Amino acid sequence: MILRFPELSKMKIGVVTFPGSNCNMDIVHALRNNLQYEVVELWHKDSDLQGVDAVVLPGGFSYGDYLRSGAIARFSPIMEEVIKYANDGGKVLGICNGFQILCEAGLLPGTLMHNESRKFICKNVYLLPVSRTASISADLDDKAALKIPIAHGEGNYFLHEAELSELESNDQVIFRYCDENGKVNNSSNPNGSANNIAGVCNVGKNVFGMMPHPERACSEDLGNTDGLAILRGLETLIKA
Amino acid sequence: MKFVAEIDIMPLPTLLDPQGKAVGGTMKSMGLPEIGGVRIGKHVTLEVDASDKATAEAKVVEACEKLLVNQIMEGFTFRVEESK
Repeated sequence: MILRFPELSKMKIGVVTFPGSNCNMDIVHALRNNLQYEVVELWHKDSDLQGVDAVVLPGGFSYGDYLRSGAIARFSPIMEEVIKYANDGGKVLGICNGFQILCEAGLLPGTLMHNESRKFICKNVYLLPVSRTASISADLDDKAALKIPIAHGEGNYFLHEAELSELESNDQVIFRYCDENGKVNNSSNPNGSANNIAGVCNVGKNVFGMMPHPERACSEDLGNTDGLAILRGLETLIKA
Repeated sequence: MKFVAEIDIMPLPTLLDPQGKAVGGTMKSMGLPEIGGVRIGKHVTLEVDASDKATAEAKVVEACEKLLVNQIMEGFTFRVEESK
């Protein structure tokens, strides 16, 4: 199925590739072919974001996950531009390793620790859209679970108690892990994340990060199109 | 002058350390039930060019805070000595 949004054909999204990124082509494909957006492929050594309307940091193992996931990529030349862009209100979405990089860069609160089980987990999980004020999740039904795959070893979201309450009261949680009926509980938490958190945004609600991979669920050929609704949130985000 | 720094980075005491927990469990099953409280971190050594020890220490703290340590989940201790 190809969905077309001709009125949005000028929407231009930049996807950054770091050495060790491995979901960059998946997100490029989903944005370009499944959602018909214009995509600019950016390299980690670039220092020009080419006037994009939003930046996506993809999943993978940037710099081999050396030291800590995302710790080294955070100092790539393009990240200096991404940090400036985000601080000026630019829209940024980090998926999986992209989320880890945004946390390491201090653009998102918290950190991603090793999964409680210490196992790398690759499976479909269910997500409940939460924030009603963050544009990326605001339009999604907050009662309907979306089936999206995860694939990570370090996805255990952690934030100290006081900051966690602040995050919750600011409506900065965008997704929580839930069961297929949308119930959020311990057994639907795959990695030990605080409050079942699967994705968050910053206070300004222009920088977003999530561990699950919506780009892997954007095509009927793959048997799952639940990711389209999430990535379409980029439109709301850009218009916001 | 050249200094050598030895840095220990450990998960914060309040946080679960799944790696230490797994190794601790193995201690019991391999016949060392006396051993517990295993926690695993990282040890980093590096060299610093600096005019004196205090400057070298300040550089090490900067390296830890900016890159080597994520203070949300880790703490660090270090010692700096003049390189021989």
